[in-house]
Amino acid sequence: MEILVCVKRVPDTAENEFELNSAGNDLDRGDLVYSVNEWDNYAVEEAIQIVDKTGGNVTVITVGDGESEEVLRREMAMGANNGILLSDDAFGGSDGKGIATILKAEIEKGKYDLILTGAQADEGAGQVGGMLAAMLDMPYASLVNKIEVGEGTIKVGREIEGGNQEMNEITLPCVLSIQTGINEPRYVGIRGIRKVASVEIPVKSASDLGLAADSVGKTGAKTRRIDYFTPDMGVGAEMLEGSTDEIIAKLIEKLKAKGGL
Amino acid sequence: MTQIFAYIPFSNGVAEDVAMEFPAAAAKIDKTASLTAVLTGSGPDLDKVANEMTGLYAEVIKIDNTALVYPNAEVVRKALLNIIPAGAIVLAAHNTFGMDLAPGLSIKMNAAYAADIVNFDGVEGTTLKASRQELGGAVSTHVAVDVSSGAVITIRPGSFTAVEGKTASGSVVDKSGNAGDLSAKRKFLEIVQAEVGDVDITKADVLVSIGRGIEEQENIEIAEELAKAMKTVVSCSRPIVDAKWLEKGRQVGTSGKTVKPKVYMAMGISGSFQHLGGLKGNPFIVAVNKNPKAPIFQVADIGIVANIIEFMPELTSAINDL
Ligand SMILES: Cc1cc2nc3c(=O)[nH]c(=O)nc-3n(C[C@H](O)[C@H](O)[C@H](O)COP(=O)(O)OP(=O)(O)OC[C@H]3O[C@@H](n4cnc5c(N)ncnc54)[C@H](O)[C@@H]3O)c2cc1C
Repeated sequence: MEILVCVKRVPDTAENEFELNSAGNDLDRGDLVYSVNEWDNYAVEEAIQIVDKTGGNVTVITVGDGESEEVLRREMAMGANNGILLSDDAFGGSDGKGIATILKAEIEKGKYDLILTGAQADEGAGQVGGMLAAMLDMPYASLVNKIEVGEGTIKVGREIEGGNQEMNEITLPCVLSIQTGINEPRYVGIRGIRKVASVEIPVKSASDLGLAADSVGKTGAKTRRIDYFTPDMGVGAEMLEGSTDEIIAKLIEKLKAKGGL
Repeated sequence: MTQIFAYIPFSNGVAEDVAMEFPAAAAKIDKTASLTAVLTGSGPDLDKVANEMTGLYAEVIKIDNTALVYPNAEVVRKALLNIIPAGAIVLAAHNTFGMDLAPGLSIKMNAAYAADIVNFDGVEGTTLKASRQELGGAVSTHVAVDVSSGAVITIRPGSFTAVEGKTASGSVVDKSGNAGDLSAKRKFLEIVQAEVGDVDITKADVLVSIGRGIEEQENIEIAEELAKAMKTVVSCSRPIVDAKWLEKGRQVGTSGKTVKPKVYMAMGISGSFQHLGGLKGNPFIVAVNKNPKAPIFQVADIGIVANIIEFMPELTSAINDL
């Protein structure tokens, strides 16, 4: 099977404390630590496991700037065979549809049996996979936590509310968005990254893809972020302060009063 | 005039709570908009919920077809495309069905898409201003949505005030005949129920709940000891189950268990809406997190900025000394 996995470089929520910049309209991006979107590692692992059984290739693809190359290399170190970087200043400010439009242009140049995305990324929208499928007129399933490959069709489990699993049969080619927990993504060490350090990753621009500049980027976007803000969430928690002993003494009183002890 | 259509999710003849929240969301988009509920399904369950919705919506459209008994997003999308006029705004819930349906629907309608909206500031001209969160709830953003050719919008369940009582006296319009071809390349097979674990966290009055802040599998013991001192059990957030450190039955959240404890100890949990979605009954929440900006502090009653690996053993021994 030829499998394409769409991945994204995102700010790492575990490693950063997010602050607004002085103008208050964007994140202070100076010291942000970036990594591969958590969901994408599960998607790449799943693709590798399928190809190990059925043969074929795993290609990882991303829309991003030059720095996004590092996430492609990381996923290639996991075992993806090829990487493709779609990069152009004209892509900046794209909404979900813009990103899907860019990916579609490249996908139509190849022949893929299965296209995977993460279930969602840093913006929490979970939109690109479903949009891409609709544009390509392929069937789609989101939040997939099980894949069984058959002949011309596959069986997929979707994780729904309460952790129940909705089983579906779906024809190939199709697009699936992958939920965390479907597998245990393999560890990537420095040695693995070094092995793929010199593999060439083609970079394609809007004109390479034959994309009209106004179909993507800011001009093509119907949904755009205006600013970041701090919401008024009411009072918030009463923060306990002092030495650890003092904090624990106060906490124990509260817990006794509330039936916790 | 803005036309808004709300897709009503229901199961076993009961509408989900979000059905009561769409009217408030629609009013925040545009008070003068027309609001129509749309339901797909088949048989008595569909009729029951459709009739109930006439108490909340001036117009209720039902599409009855045996292909719609289980809400397969591909089939529902086809049906909706034959019913919803061009340029309309479609509201759906940001749940596992909405995530399956909405992005593709927006493409087929050639409409804008906005996901997981928690508030609206209204429409000006053809621009709708809305609020949402990014980065697991760590930051909030305003977005501008160009609704000139319609929009598909998912709203976060629980974010808009639910209407109470009977607020409309609408009628049901049967559009089953308009549904068109409902064949699909994806076929629903069955629901496999989540495994029942060895520990039932749904009955506990107190929960010691751990998140990714526990850092290592070996550290779970520290939480077990605190739970023992508090005479209860350990629950967790999703990453702990994904890592296979605890079984699925211990997971709190929309894709895990719904719990109703009196006291909830959130240890190294950031406070994503999917996690908090499993926490009902307004418990007393104690959050311990090393990040003073963690979103959990906005919803907790008591907050402590600390490293849980050091804090939990101290708390355990203080409780044991009581
Ligand atoms: C469809 C869908 C369904 C989902 N369902 C669920 C669900 O049912 N339940 C669920 O929980 N999630 C669910 N999620 C995942 C959810 O979006 C979050 O990713 C998840 O809840 C994050 O878990 P966490 O808070 O433990 O981890 P993180 O968000 O990584 O937070 C870890 C926190 O620990 C803190 N920390 C780190 N180290 C320490 C330390 N030593 N001491 C103190 N604090 C520390 C950090 O500051 C951070 O705030 C779902 C996601 C999707 C897309």
